[in-house]
Amino acid sequence: MTANQVALSYLLASVLFILSLRDLSDPASARRGNLLGMIGMAIAVLTTFAISHRFDLAIAALVVGGLLGAVVAKRVEMTQMPELVAAMHSLVGLSAVLIAYAVVSDPTAFGLETPIPPGNRLELFIGTFVGAITFTGSIVAFGKLAGLGKYSRLFSSAPVVFRGQHFVNLVLALVMIGAGLLFFAASPEGQWPPFVFMTVLAFVLGILTIIPIGGADMPVVISMLNSYSGWAAAGIGFSLNNPMLIIAGSLVGASGAILSYIMCKAMNRGFLSVILGGFGGETAAGAAGGGEQKQVKSGSPEDVAFLLSNADSVIIVPGYGLAVGRAQHATKEMADKLTAKGITVRYAIHPVAGRMPGHMNVLLAEAEVSYDQVFEMENINSDFGNTDVAFVLGANDVVNPLAEQPGSPIYGMPILEAHKARTVIVNKRSMAVGYAGIDNPLFYMNKTMMVFGDAKKVMEEIVKAIE
Amino acid sequence: MTGTIDPVVVNLTVFVLAVFVGYQVVWRVTPALHTPLMSVTNAISSVILVGAILAAGSGENGPGAWLGTVAVGLAAINTFGGFLVSQRMLEMFKKKEKSQDGSKK
Repeated sequence: MTANQVALSYLLASVLFILSLRDLSDPASARRGNLLGMIGMAIAVLTTFAISHRFDLAIAALVVGGLLGAVVAKRVEMTQMPELVAAMHSLVGLSAVLIAYAVVSDPTAFGLETPIPPGNRLELFIGTFVGAITFTGSIVAFGKLAGLGKYSRLFSSAPVVFRGQHFVNLVLALVMIGAGLLFFAASPEGQWPPFVFMTVLAFVLGILTIIPIGGADMPVVISMLNSYSGWAAAGIGFSLNNPMLIIAGSLVGASGAILSYIMCKAMNRGFLSVILGGFGGETAAGAAGGGEQKQVKSGSPEDVAFLLSNADSVIIVPGYGLAVGRAQHATKEMADKLTAKGITVRYAIHPVAGRMPGHMNVLLAEAEVSYDQVFEMENINSDFGNTDVAFVLGANDVVNPLAEQPGSPIYGMPILEAHKARTVIVNKRSMAVGYAGIDNPLFYMNKTMMVFGDAKKVMEEIVKAIE
Repeated sequence: MTGTIDPVVVNLTVFVLAVFVGYQVVWRVTPALHTPLMSVTNAISSVILVGAILAAGSGENGPGAWLGTVAVGLAAINTFGGFLVSQRMLEMFKKKEKSQDGSKK
C-alpha cells in the first residue's frame, strides 16, 4: 500500500467512527452505529497490518487480548458495567504509555526521524503523562466501584484526604512538567532518565487525584477518565502524526467531557469541586445527625399492592438501590401486572441514577422494560402533579425536595419531583441518609408511605399481593 | 508566506476540527444510551492499537517490539470487549422494540 492509500483508508475509518457515534442518537439506529464502529476498527487494523513488516507478535497478542475481551464482554453483569468501563480506561491508558515507550526506543518503526523531532517529543510527553494518569486513576476508580475498599484504603469509597493534599499534587505536577521539559530538551543518550521519572510521577499523580473523590461522584470520575483516555489516544496520534488516532481520540475526549459536564450539572456540583474531592462519604455524614425525631408512616408490601392497584397512573423512580438489590426483574413484573389492569406505568430516570451515565436505562433494558415507558427527568417532571402514585425504589437524594430550598447543601440540584404526586411510596432498606448525607423531608410527608426492606424481596411480595 | 507546514500544525488542525465534530455528535446521543456511548467510545479509543501493531511489526527484535506486543494485547481487550459489550447492551434495547411490535399486533 502507498502512503496515500493508507491515509485514505484511515480517513474512511475515521468517518466510520464519527457515524458510529452519530447513530447512538437513537436506540433504533444504535446497533448499526456499533457495527459501523467495528467496521471502522477492522479497516484501521487491516490497513496497519498491510504496512507492517512482521505479523506474528501482533496477531498473537490480538488473539489473546481479543479472546479475553470477548469473554469479559459476554460474562459481565450489567450492574458491573461501571467497573468494566473503568478497567478498560486503564488499559487504554497503559497501552498509550507502552506505545510512547516503544516510540522513544525505536522511532524509525513509526516512520519518525532519529532523533525524534521536537514537536513529536512534546506530543510524546503529553500522550505519556495523560496515559499514565488515566491508567492509575482508572485503577483507583475501578477499586472504588468494585468495593475493594476492604483490601486497601486507596480503594475506599469514602474520600481519602490528607492535609496539604492539593499542595502535594501541585508540586508533583510541576515536577512532572519539569521532567517532561528535560526530556524535550535532552539528547537521545540522555532522554531516558527524565522520561521514566516523568512517567513515574504521572502514575503517582493518577492515584492521588482520584483517591479524594467520594463514591457519590463516581459518575463524574468515570466520565472524566473516559475523556482522559481519549486525550491520551489523541496524544499518541500527535506523536505518530496519525490523523485517524487524533480524530478517534478527540471524539472520545469530547464525549467524556460532555458526559462529565452532564453529570456535574445533574448533581449541581462544580467540575472543579468534584476534582478537588472530599465530598460524600464520612465527611458529609456528620451533617446527618441532630434534628428532632420525626414520624414516618410505614406500610407492608400488601398495603403497597393495594395502593398501586387502585391508582390510575404510577411513576416508578428507580435508584441505585434497585440495581444493588437486583430488583429490576421483579419491578418489571409488577409493572406488567399493573399495566394489565389498565394502569399507566412509567419510569422516571434521573441522570445520576446508577453509578455511571445512562446506567439505569441499561439495567431496565436488561429487565426488558420497554424504552418508551422510560422517561428522562425533564420529560416527566411536569407529570408528577397529576400522577396518583410515585413509587421511589432505592433512590434518595435525587427525589429530595430540599434541593428546592435555598440554604440546603443540595440546593439547586435538579430533582425528580416525586413529592408532587398524590401519594408517594418509598422503598428503602433503612432510614439511612443518601450519598449527600442529608435528611430527606419526602419521607416524612403525610402522603408518603415507607416500605422498608430489601428491594427484591419487597417487590416480589408486592407482585404476589397484586391480584 | 513560504516554507512547508509543520506536521504539528496539521495535527492541530485535525484535532480542533475533530473536537468540534465530537462535541456536535455526542450532544445528540440520547441520555438513555450514555452507558453504551461510553463503552463504544472506549472501544474506539483502543484504535491506538494501530500504533501498537506498528511497534510490534517493526521487524526489529528490540524492546520496542515487545512493548508494542503487550500494548496490542491490552488494546485488543478493549477493542473486542468494548464493541461486544456494547452490542450486548444494545441488543437489550432491541428486544423490547420487538416485543412491543408483537403486543401491538
